[in-house]
Amino acid sequence: MNKIEAFAASQSKSDIPDFHSGDTLAVHVKVVEGDKERIQIFEGVVINRRGAGLDETFTVRKISQGIGVERIFLLHSPNIAKIERVREGRVRRAKLFYLRGLRGKAARISEKR
Amino acid sequence: MVGLIAKKLGMTRFFDEKTGNSVAVTVLEAGPCVVTQVKTEEIDGYTAVQLGFGQKKEKRTSKAILGHLAKSAAKPLYLMREFRDFVSAAPLKLGDEVKADVFSVGDQVSISGISKGKGFAGVVKRHHFNGGPVTHGQSDRLRAPGSLGQSSYPSRVYKGLRMAGRMGNEKVTVSGLKVVKVDIENNLLLIKGAIPGANQGYVLIKK
Repeated sequence: MNKIEAFAASQSKSDIPDFHSGDTLAVHVKVVEGDKERIQIFEGVVINRRGAGLDETFTVRKISQGIGVERIFLLHSPNIAKIERVREGRVRRAKLFYLRGLRGKAARISEKR
Repeated sequence: MVGLIAKKLGMTRFFDEKTGNSVAVTVLEAGPCVVTQVKTEEIDGYTAVQLGFGQKKEKRTSKAILGHLAKSAAKPLYLMREFRDFVSAAPLKLGDEVKADVFSVGDQVSISGISKGKGFAGVVKRHHFNGGPVTHGQSDRLRAPGSLGQSSYPSRVYKGLRMAGRMGNEKVTVSGLKVVKVDIENNLLLIKGAIPGANQGYVLIKK
């Protein structure tokens, strides 16, 4: 391993749970307000996971007050306190961008068994 | 002034310890550099230190250089450069090692390196010309330089007119770069943003 890889490895997390597109995650995000820090939970479906190493990101989509909201997280960011897998979904593709065009019942993902 | 010779290892991201934000950084292998010559006001007319960095095979080094390096008992070095008015806590002696701890987090530094060679480049790439129109019956005008000047007067092309030619592979200095992290154990220096040159290239850092 060269020096730059070693440096990147020193910054990466080791406690990342196994998750894929279609899974429902609860992402515990650190939020700093003034000098106070608290945890905010963003729960939704993973529709994209891309990149490798420190640059790996994933996109979580949820419907908030009838409006679709997507958030892209850096997988190794220290601002993510915890990633919790709530539900394992069964999907047939890696990128679930088609969910953007669907709503309600049509946008459901069946559970993996 | 404080300076160091370093090797550009490449770019990655760094998570700020306080805010957790991601910063794009260039990782440099900075030193340890060997002091190969100390220039003084009395002997040389100005003060400076010559630092050396990098490895080189002995058989690829000339005898003159080997003789010069013998004074500081240094192994054959890839690169030696002089830094004027070098400031250090204790006066530097021949054979001393200068490490990355001469810099600290938050320092503004300037970095010089040899930029990547682009070969014979046209005016669009080399001088950011806009090129010609794409439509309205144009042919061969897409990346053309346009007019080079006037007609019968002056009947010549002015000197220094920007044209196509060799681009890159020249010394480029970027100043105002910020030191994000100093890792003495691994001799690494993290600089915010990009710096000139290819990976594995040698650069000079000055503060």
